Amino acid sequence: MTIHEAHRLLKNKQLSSVELTKACLEHIHQVEPKVHALVTTTDELALKQARKADELLAAGDANPLTGIPVLIKDNICTRGTRTTCSSKMLENFVPPYNAAVVERLNDCGAVILGKANMDEFAMGSSTENSALFTTHNPWDLSRVPGGSSGGSAAAVAAGEAIYALGSDTGGSIRQPAGFCSVTGLKPTYGRVSRYGLVAFASSLDQIGPLTQDVTDCALVLNAIADYDSRDSTSVPYPIPDYTQCLNADLNGLRIGVPKEYFVEGMQAEVERAIRTAINKLEGLGARVNWEVSLPHTPYALAVYYIIAPSEASANLARYDGVKYGFSYQDTDSMWEAMEKTRQYGFGAEVKRRIMLGTYALSAGYYDAYYLKAQKVRTLIRQEFDQAFEKFDALVTPTSPTVPFKIGEKVDDPLQMYLSDVCTLPINIAGLPAISIPAGFADGLPIGMQIIAKPFAEETILKIAYAYQQATDWHKRKPEV
Amino acid sequence: MKLSREEVLHIALLARLGLTETEVNRLSEQLSNILENFEALQQVDTSGVPPTAQSIPLQNVVSEDKVIPCLPQDQILANAPRRDGGFFRVKAVLE
Repeated sequence: MTIHEAHRLLKNKQLSSVELTKACLEHIHQVEPKVHALVTTTDELALKQARKADELLAAGDANPLTGIPVLIKDNICTRGTRTTCSSKMLENFVPPYNAAVVERLNDCGAVILGKANMDEFAMGSSTENSALFTTHNPWDLSRVPGGSSGGSAAAVAAGEAIYALGSDTGGSIRQPAGFCSVTGLKPTYGRVSRYGLVAFASSLDQIGPLTQDVTDCALVLNAIADYDSRDSTSVPYPIPDYTQCLNADLNGLRIGVPKEYFVEGMQAEVERAIRTAINKLEGLGARVNWEVSLPHTPYALAVYYIIAPSEASANLARYDGVKYGFSYQDTDSMWEAMEKTRQYGFGAEVKRRIMLGTYALSAGYYDAYYLKAQKVRTLIRQEFDQAFEKFDALVTPTSPTVPFKIGEKVDDPLQMYLSDVCTLPINIAGLPAISIPAGFADGLPIGMQIIAKPFAEETILKIAYAYQQATDWHKRKPEV
Repeated sequence: MKLSREEVLHIALLARLGLTETEVNRLSEQLSNILENFEALQQVDTSGVPPTAQSIPLQNVVSEDKVIPCLPQDQILANAPRRDGGFFRVKAVLE
């Protein structure tokens, strides 16, 4: 059941929010032993919110999200509810405030069911870096759900909630959306407030929805997109009604397909599925150019894995065991306390990235690494800007492969990083992009990515909507 | 770009990250491997290209200097590992 379907039933009193919430909670308890998507479930709180929502519905005071159960990625602060970032460092941290997006959802009368598992501090592409446990892909429990919003994506795919919020720094909404066959949108940088999102890479992070279809995606974006003075990178631009663009008319829309995204080593079935999907868009009226080239694309991996860890090394410096979080006490030395706090509180990937970032920013290396990466970042952005003068959208695969097996890439960090090659450039350039289901290979999901210029989410949603009207990949559900 | 043990220990010190011997060795190898792969970036001609720090055209975003309610002390101290009344209790900074 989607948000818009549930809303109709709720408004017509064919269903109550309490009934819907109880059904979700029951389903959660049923499938969680197999999927392990959730760090915390807040049953009592959810039912309380559901009762309030039913009151709003009765009073005719409802909006599309009222009374609808949602899950929140565990790096988004929820007041009074443990927010762990799936790390030992914050395992018992209870935020004293709500993130801006949580405030928005609460204002809508949403029902928050709990917090979703993730790669620790959002660093990873498989949710295997969670310091708590690994989440399993509902389509094949021996495989990863993707990451870092793996819990959010898996939970939506498995029907544990109607929708979820995730965060995306290098692909962390889109790649798991692709791996779990759900719809996942990373808005333009600055569109959604980062206030209350535990920072990983401040110039790349964005919060976004993971939903069952594009209409739901537009509904959630309507609720969470807003100017917020508490986030100094929040843009004061007007927010359209994102549901207005949802029509299936693609006539005249110019779509470009950048060759560099069909990477060497890409799985043949994935390539085939994406080419078929793009042909479908052409059949729906779009004009497709297959010969687009963004020559600096191959450098995006290096640019990202210098900039993101550098920013992370600064953002994670706050975890010192002094004001909150894990704190090593078995010493009198202040420095030893901090060093051991960070040694035991952080997992391997987090340490790796802090080290990489610290190195790239250190004296003698700053120019060669960080500054160089920022200059190449400009070139990558300029390439996109030029492309968007000729095209309304660019379409690519979301990932070069279908979801891989749990354990397959954990020992080779670089191999793991490569699963994000199609999504990273988008964060570097600050663009909006979506991943939608575009097929399956041996029962494993394949996602298609649609990219547009800054603040052109409407273009993306329109194309995605048209595709979902003409196909039904997004309606298939896994049997858990 | 092979990172020496000394360099790894130096970076760990800058980051105030305690590492075991195994971690030092493993990180030395993994970081060297990763950085080697990034050498390709040096090939890119960036002469005259300005760096991009962030992708939106906002500059000097400031907030009004006015007093607004803030979180009560108890809530801020609620997650404190060690607290002493209205204070965070910390290790001695000076010897």
